[in-house]
Amino acid sequence: MNINGVDIEATFAEAFPMKATRLIITAQNAKWARIAAETMTGFATSVIACGCEAGIERELDPSETPDGRPGVAALIFAMGGKTLAKQVETRAGQCVLTCPTTALFSGLPAGDPIALGKNLRFFGDGFQISKRIHGRRYWRIPAMDGEFLCEETTGMVKAVGGGNFLILAESQPQALAACEAAIEAMRKTPNVIMPFPGGVVRSGSKVGSKYKGLNASTNDAFCPTLKGQTQTQLGPEIESVMEIVIDGLTAEDINQAMRAGIQAACGLGPGNGIRRISAGNYGGKLGPFLFHLQEIMA
Amino acid sequence: MSALTFTLKTEPRQRIDAAPLTAELAGKSAAEIGAVPLQTGNRQVRADELFEIEGDDAGHIVFNGPTGKLDFVGRDMTQGVIDVHGDAGSYLGMKMTGGQIVVRGSIDAYGACELKNGTIVIHGNAGDFLGASLPGNKKGMAGGVVIVKGNAGDRAGDHMRRGALLIEGNAGDYLGSRMTAGTIAVLGRTGLHIGYGMGRGTLLLARAPTDIPPTFNDCGAHTLGFIPLLLKGFADYDTVFSGMSETLKRVRRYAGDFSALGKGEILVAAGS
Repeated sequence: MNINGVDIEATFAEAFPMKATRLIITAQNAKWARIAAETMTGFATSVIACGCEAGIERELDPSETPDGRPGVAALIFAMGGKTLAKQVETRAGQCVLTCPTTALFSGLPAGDPIALGKNLRFFGDGFQISKRIHGRRYWRIPAMDGEFLCEETTGMVKAVGGGNFLILAESQPQALAACEAAIEAMRKTPNVIMPFPGGVVRSGSKVGSKYKGLNASTNDAFCPTLKGQTQTQLGPEIESVMEIVIDGLTAEDINQAMRAGIQAACGLGPGNGIRRISAGNYGGKLGPFLFHLQEIMA
Repeated sequence: MSALTFTLKTEPRQRIDAAPLTAELAGKSAAEIGAVPLQTGNRQVRADELFEIEGDDAGHIVFNGPTGKLDFVGRDMTQGVIDVHGDAGSYLGMKMTGGQIVVRGSIDAYGACELKNGTIVIHGNAGDFLGASLPGNKKGMAGGVVIVKGNAGDRAGDHMRRGALLIEGNAGDYLGSRMTAGTIAVLGRTGLHIGYGMGRGTLLLARAPTDIPPTFNDCGAHTLGFIPLLLKGFADYDTVFSGMSETLKRVRRYAGDFSALGKGEILVAAGS
């Protein structure tokens, strides 16, 4: 398959089941809502060492938020329910409770409830006030800037993590430019996040390592500097490969995002050094969800 | 299907316990509904002795005629709509757990007492002890929304635990007395001894009370984010409060009653 002169490899991305929730952070203005969301979703690129994968889904207009202030929707993904609950609570407590003027709401009221303000309320040291509004419970926790308003729980749903594709280019700047174009397009699709820095990961990994105790290591088949040293997947024209990883609430959401991203990357074409689109295929070792590139782009 | 309509044949001499006339009548034939026993004064009579009964939709019950002596309207009701085209007596919506009652006129004392859930709209005035507990009990209204377009009497929200009382007119003395939690909002004037013995809960006032009790302490003026959220939550209800986020979000906060637990609050709209 070929789109705009770019080869779409007959391979698939492998993804795995996760648990996820959506949080809505509002603040006095969009700037502070974004600061809180960026802080809360910081150091959350991969479950390998961060405990969760998180990112900003989109900015919200005041008309879309529960308290009528500017806001941001963030998605948090983890490998299990307990881990997700712990990550949500610690991140909410350290990054949103602490951030001036913010309020924190569930963006997924359906699903299994996990604690949001349920335990954070104890920060109020007895001065916290519960309010039940329209069937949902909120906590008013007195803080030095006024009050931190936080919903009691948020909903946890089944989700899919690790959807991905690789952009193979003739040079590093060209690979990055294609990734930026892809990310810009993908950010417009709902229910997904690209958790890596700027949405892009340069250190794609394979499963396993020669070293005991490491369960992931560099994807040498796609490392351009090892072309003559390992069983490479790269032709002589490829000098740089970058990956975009997608976590989504459903497999269909990932499909949509991958389609938008691959389309945007291919839009640059071979004239801009974009040669091939591949995916992280681990031979079925990683997870049950398979995203066949050619089917997605068909 | 048309609304199940009970029209009083004459002005009743005694009070009538209307509690059996709720959506629980669904599935009963017209004859069975007519035979439902109702207590009036010291005797029991058939429903059709007192009322002309028309319609068949027990999910929507209408009371017509001189209805001011109907007590316990919607008591323990779980679902459906009751429409009172006139006044109603005491204990309206007592212990109700769901559904909606709309009264086009006024009601007597103990309206919405020990209400658990559901909605009550009073277009006229409400008597004393609105949303309160029954005498001797310690748990008042524990959920639901009560909207009074007119005035409320004394002791509104006595022992209230949860839910919202939205009073668009004036409130009497001892508003929110002995409240455990919940929210009472008042657009008009309030009487004496506001928040008397209040442990927790919120009194949200659009007009400054004549007197803040000495057992409440001034906590200063604040813009509180929960107020717009609270008021927007009433958007589905027939109340002017749902559109008052801007007017009411900045408030002066008084904490009290320090003669009780002291974790309640009186919020007075700033600039009022």
